[in-house]
Amino acid sequence: MTTPAPRPGTVPASQNEITAEIEAIEADAAARVAAGGSPELQPRRDYAPYRSSLLRHPTHELVRVDPEEVERVSPAFGHTDVNVLESDLTIQHAGEPIGERMTVSGRVLDGEGRPVRHQLIELWQANAGGRYVHKRDQHPAPLDPNFTGVGRAITGDNGEYSFTTIKPGPYPWKNHMNAWRPAHIHFSLFGTAFTQRLITQMYFPGDPLFALDPIYQSIADADARARLIGQYDHSLSVPEFSLGYRWDIVLTGPKSTWMESEDADE
Amino acid sequence: MSEPTPALQTPSQTVGPFYGYALPYVGGPELVPGYHPRAIRFHGTVTDGVGEPILDALLEIWQADESGVLSRELGSLDRDGFTFTGFGRCATTIAGRYTFTTLKPGVAGKAAPYILVTVFARGVTHHLFTRAYFPEDSALHATDAVLSAVPAERRDTLICVSEGVVGGAESYRFDIRVQGENETVFLDFDA
Repeated sequence: MTTPAPRPGTVPASQNEITAEIEAIEADAAARVAAGGSPELQPRRDYAPYRSSLLRHPTHELVRVDPEEVERVSPAFGHTDVNVLESDLTIQHAGEPIGERMTVSGRVLDGEGRPVRHQLIELWQANAGGRYVHKRDQHPAPLDPNFTGVGRAITGDNGEYSFTTIKPGPYPWKNHMNAWRPAHIHFSLFGTAFTQRLITQMYFPGDPLFALDPIYQSIADADARARLIGQYDHSLSVPEFSLGYRWDIVLTGPKSTWMESEDADE
Repeated sequence: MSEPTPALQTPSQTVGPFYGYALPYVGGPELVPGYHPRAIRFHGTVTDGVGEPILDALLEIWQADESGVLSRELGSLDRDGFTFTGFGRCATTIAGRYTFTTLKPGVAGKAAPYILVTVFARGVTHHLFTRAYFPEDSALHATDAVLSAVPAERRDTLICVSEGVVGGAESYRFDIRVQGENETVFLDFDA
């Protein structure tokens, strides 16, 4: 039996093709920096190796405007919104989840290094086998009846947070043939201004999938994407119990800091 | 304590497709109950570059109350049915549709009344900000700094369509075209 020829343009790319696209964009970004440009602090919105971005990025440049009061403040969240137990993802069911128990701790800071106090931080992730509870995730890895993979917390007086969870597994996706996401934890953050809103992903040191992953690589600058890697910190490991990772999150860069000091002079 | 040291920002990453069991919450789209006497329906469809609905977008809105004040009240995640916190969150349906129940904001600062809308989705590597203004405020739009910064032919993408009273509430439609024909204007607040 012969397989019918696929329609033109519908053949998924190979990893080698995706990797070549990733490397070409990285070389372009490096050339811009070498020519005196600023390093790219954020992912490119139009990043072809990540196929879902093709029809989901604006083609017009964003219109640069000054924030009004609405954008300069943020919703207030607090302990009445979030139960303190929600920061432990390993106690939400009757039994212990399967996998490497770990903690991830750090501080949420603004661009001047000041703590972002008493703000909402949300987290979600796959289980140890790389499976999300989300119903559209049909990856044939087992669900864990003792793990949902959702946590919330309010940052402390020094912007600190800490979650107890299990290390998520890598998982396959359909961006291209044999595409695998490096293990990651999704984070959602609010600052003191709505302009600081951030949704991102934390990765683990030394993952062999980094170079192959078009979502991680959508940040074309190597130093910028390294800011997404949590660091193993033995002082945060708990004997006989959990491995500790540290990850500090910075919500805005020097540009907005400069804007604020300019406002203060008025 | 040591002096804070400036640091470079942590980059954004896409929300991905699998946030559905994590970020949406009960009451997220209802900033006020639908039976509030001045509730408005704020709704629309999110579409991609070929006009297909984006069925896995997550929208957040943030706005002033009716008198133009930004709420400092807790309770956005655990609504009591009476306190207006100004924040809402809604995932799109399989038809790419979203619906919030809220109040029409008053004038906050120097801008005409608007709702700040933030769009997250699979394929959107860094969230998109836009503003939804109201058509009946056209006199204030003439002096609004953001509307003035937008080319005239694209300005309408930031203004809701008034649908009159539908199901007992004033209804405003705000479609979001992430790419392509009549693409929505997205804003960069330089932060």
